[in-house]
Amino acid sequence: MDESGRNGSAVQLLTPEGERVTHPTYDISLTDHELRGLYRDMALVRRLDAEATALQRQGELGLWASCLGQEAAQVGSAHAMGTSDFAFPTYREHGVTWVRGVPALDILAMLRGVTNGGWDPNAHRCSLSTIVIGNQALHAVGYAMGITFDGADAAAIAYFGDGATAQGDVNESFVLATVFNAPVVFFCQNNQWAISQPRERQSRIPIFERAAGFGFPGVQVDGNDVLAVMAVTRAALARARGGEGPTLIEAYTYRMAAHTTSDDPTRYRMASELEVWRLRDPIERLKVFLARQGIADRHFFDSIDDEGDLLADEIRVGVRSMPEPPAEAMFDNVYCEPHPLLEGQRASVIDYLASFVDPVGR
Amino acid sequence: MERTPAHPEVTMAKALNDGLRRALERDAKTLLFGQDIGRLGGVFRVTDGLQKDFGEHRVIDAPLAESGIVGTAIGLAMRGYRPVVEMQFDGFVYPAFDQIVSQVAKIHRRSEGRVIMPITIRIPYGGGIGAVEHHSESPEAYFAHTAGLRVLTPSDPQAAYVTIQQAIASNDPVVYFEPKRRYWDKGSVDRTIDPLDLREVADPWRARILRTGSDVTIACYGPMVRTCLEAATASGDVSIEVIDLQSLSPLDFDTIAGSVERTGRLVVVHEASRTAGIGAEVAAVISERCFLSLEAPVTRVTGYDVPYPPSRLEDHYLPDLDRVLDSVDKVMAY
Ligand SMILES: Cc1ncc(C[n+]2csc(CCOP(=O)(O)OP(=O)(O)O)c2C)c(N)n1
Ligand SMILES: [Mg+2]
Repeated sequence: MDESGRNGSAVQLLTPEGERVTHPTYDISLTDHELRGLYRDMALVRRLDAEATALQRQGELGLWASCLGQEAAQVGSAHAMGTSDFAFPTYREHGVTWVRGVPALDILAMLRGVTNGGWDPNAHRCSLSTIVIGNQALHAVGYAMGITFDGADAAAIAYFGDGATAQGDVNESFVLATVFNAPVVFFCQNNQWAISQPRERQSRIPIFERAAGFGFPGVQVDGNDVLAVMAVTRAALARARGGEGPTLIEAYTYRMAAHTTSDDPTRYRMASELEVWRLRDPIERLKVFLARQGIADRHFFDSIDDEGDLLADEIRVGVRSMPEPPAEAMFDNVYCEPHPLLEGQRASVIDYLASFVDPVGR
Repeated sequence: MERTPAHPEVTMAKALNDGLRRALERDAKTLLFGQDIGRLGGVFRVTDGLQKDFGEHRVIDAPLAESGIVGTAIGLAMRGYRPVVEMQFDGFVYPAFDQIVSQVAKIHRRSEGRVIMPITIRIPYGGGIGAVEHHSESPEAYFAHTAGLRVLTPSDPQAAYVTIQQAIASNDPVVYFEPKRRYWDKGSVDRTIDPLDLREVADPWRARILRTGSDVTIACYGPMVRTCLEAATASGDVSIEVIDLQSLSPLDFDTIAGSVERTGRLVVVHEASRTAGIGAEVAAVISERCFLSLEAPVTRVTGYDVPYPPSRLEDHYLPDLDRVLDSVDKVMAY
């Protein structure tokens, strides 16, 4: 293990140079179409991320948490899911929500500040992004327990970061998952940083090794290798669906951008780290592989760029024209049953706002 | 032309930073403990430079575990330390709620006074900064409702500089709410005074009358103080007295009642939602104590009983100058 908690045994199927390698346990065989699909999703997610970052700078979004550098971990793991599986993402999993079919503008709505949700969790089998660190890991376990009770053929996948592994909820989710043998996959993106705190502040051992103490397997995967991520996640989901219980996957990756657009990483980390990780870029390595194998050509890559331009236009226009919710929308859906107190407050807000209409100027 | 140099104008964030610095200098047992408070200096830079000057053992970057932070602060306190912990945002104190309510608040009582919990829990709170969910909440009532905890909230840089040191010096646990949208407001701060000498500074547990007036008393605290002072200035003929409650537990009813006996009208203003909030408590006690002096019912201007709304709606949720003056008009017209 090197200083940064990486075990030499991290599963890899595609080297940073784009070379296909084999692994004794994990392998994946994908059609050319599927391989191009992985590339397309990663490239478009990166484009979405860049546009969102730009829109935040222009004051159109309140905040953005970039997933730059983590596209393989997110897109690869989400591609491993079946339609009946259910994802529990954090605020950074734009690649996951994208693959679950959430439209780009719905991903951005919460950051625009027009909603605290953005999409229908049931329609996409993807829960709303959770900001309170660690909470959703327990939700995934509960969902998975329900799958078992129903005798269904499905699994849940909980996403969280390296920082979250310190949180009580995440550790409790490990306990509950193993005690109930829940069909859940814990997918930890170790992007090396929790805001300004390096991974060593959260764990003294590589994160995937934690699982052993709770009684289930842990595996570390090269998080910038989309093929390895997909292979490992597929295996873990199959294991879960097969009644063999939880798996912890540590996707070893790097947060290439600031924590969020409010953060200034120059205060706590060295630019040289970025240089090292730039050479391990997840999209570039797949591109090299696809080109070298003749699976995709210039024409294909250009067409994805064009698609990215269209997506960027859609996002720029769509975000600016997102409907502003009316004031009374804040009273919607607080409860399902009627609530007289709230209805009174809603009415008072409507009356109050109406009092500003100048009767003379009509 | 010579002018006497006033005290320097600094932001509330800087005033808190100076106050924390003085607390660290004063007492070697005082520790700061929280997420990203060291090298980063906290997400609001309130602890900027303190780790560099006092070392990693006095200004400690914590793992991402709020229950862990407060729970271990309890052990440190039992060992004679005076921990000052930071919850990064209002919405992230809840994982620590159990440790605060079940343990911090009760240990002095359970130990029959043998064990003290001189813990300060700093929480940036409130909205108005266009933030995403969980970053704009006002959870002070939960803590004010809990016996065994004291709750303080400053409203300007001078008060912040003084009360943070008083909170840390208190042998009782103090939940210290910092109005985050006022972090960058400037005010002059006299740093020559000794905040622990009550001959030099006011008692932190007393409310402050910030502006005198004769028609209406406005009781407010934290981020709403500036709003209410602005409302008082804009109120035309109506003469408004503005009281900064500052201590939310204990509440200083004497100061409020004294004012209401003169003005006959009370409006309580806070960002937090209404039901079972601080305003309800103030209204109940003042109605009891000042029943015969009141010319109008005690009125509240507060956030609504909804989850803090997405940022595009927050201006409708937050009490502002117009809503405060609207209530002032109503109590005047009653
Ligand atoms: C309970 C809680 N405490 C603090 C925060 C503030 N916060 C937001 S993100 C973050 C760091 C998370 O790090 P990690 O789990 O590694 O995820 P990453 O942001 O790197 O994706 C912190 C401390 C929070 N959201 N929730
Ligand atoms: Mg991280």
